[in-house]
Amino acid sequence: MIYPVIDARGRSCPEPVILTKKALENNPEGIVVLVDNKTAHENVSRFARNAGYQVRLEQEGPDFRLTLAK
Amino acid sequence: MQEKKGIIAAGLVIGILAVVLVQFGNPANMGICIACFLRDTVGGLGLHRAEVVQYIRPEIMGIVLGAFLMAKGKREYQGRGGSAPFTRFVLGMFVMIGALMFLGCPLRMVLRLGGGDLNALFGLVGFAVGILVGIQFLNRGFTLKRTYRMPAFEGYLFPALNLVLLILLVVAPSFIFFSSKPPGASHAPVLLSLVAGLIVGLLAQRTRLCMVGGIRDAVMFKDWYLLSGFIAILVAVLIGNLILGKFNLGFSGQPVAHTDGLWNFLGMALAGWGSVLLGGCPLRQLILAGEGNGDSVITVLGLAAGAAIAHNFGLASSAAGPTLNGRIAVVIGFVVVFLIAFFNRERSSDFGIKGGVNIDLSGDRR
Repeated sequence: MIYPVIDARGRSCPEPVILTKKALENNPEGIVVLVDNKTAHENVSRFARNAGYQVRLEQEGPDFRLTLAK
Repeated sequence: MQEKKGIIAAGLVIGILAVVLVQFGNPANMGICIACFLRDTVGGLGLHRAEVVQYIRPEIMGIVLGAFLMAKGKREYQGRGGSAPFTRFVLGMFVMIGALMFLGCPLRMVLRLGGGDLNALFGLVGFAVGILVGIQFLNRGFTLKRTYRMPAFEGYLFPALNLVLLILLVVAPSFIFFSSKPPGASHAPVLLSLVAGLIVGLLAQRTRLCMVGGIRDAVMFKDWYLLSGFIAILVAVLIGNLILGKFNLGFSGQPVAHTDGLWNFLGMALAGWGSVLLGGCPLRQLILAGEGNGDSVITVLGLAAGAAIAHNFGLASSAAGPTLNGRIAVVIGFVVVFLIAFFNRERSSDFGIKGGVNIDLSGDRR
């Protein structure tokens, strides 16, 4: 499965969550979100779980790579 | 519910601390107020000469240093910045001018409600309306663009400045101003204020507590996490005030407040709109500033400048009510915030999606 990648690095909250929400509306099967801080990681994960997605986290250096899938 | 426990506990502790600080000398319904305390601190430095509101408030330094220590301990500290700094400065200025029209930041609005000050209801409604207006722009692509990594040293300067302020408070050289009348002269002992501030800073950093974020996330994402912290503060303050007999329900005679409903509403609407564009309330900006976020440092400096302007130009309200200059400044603030909101929208095609998952991230990070 190829998921679109949303680059939300450097964005301050709530922008990563807004980008995630819009991207999931267009790609309901799943997306990958890149963020670069813990707050954005927590907020995107919380939003995704509330929306019924499973969240897989990989730390890539200073960045977080969140795979959101049903 | 499980993940809300932490922020609810933090909110309860912060509410209790606010009541305790008033019990030990802080102005009534002003245990902790970021707008008021930045204003007092700016006055203590002589950047405005309103004699009744001059005192370097150690709660501010405690909050910044608490957030710094917690971020360091949790390896979340990071020097960053570069996201539309001067726009943030200007937004900070007008958030302060709105808050001083109402007489309190969003946190003090909650404390005032918990003390029975019904004028704060007009503030709360205005605050929510300001946030709702801001959300319309967020949903249409409002952004101040991304931040960048900065040298770690850049982020150390603001906590260091707060240490210097603490030294100035304790040493009290003759060029520092101390009010001899309330509310500036009303304050808890320095050590208590500092420790309370530290605890607030530690807890707010951990939980990301934010008054603006609470209403924003509930409306935008049906996410009640931050709002539950806000409500916990209200509950703790309400109970604390009832126990200590400090609960006084009504509109008139409320401490450091005025009864002009329209301008209480408009002041907090301006503060709410500006704050939602900034991504957080004044408390949250202080916390982020302690975490190494230079954009928030600039915002706090904007808040401080706004406080100086508000008192130098007679914009701040008093118990007697709002001033004409203050009304004009709030109206100008709405125009400026609208222009900032309108001209910083990105079309959705401009951001975000980078194509498939197979991109090479290693080359991306340079």
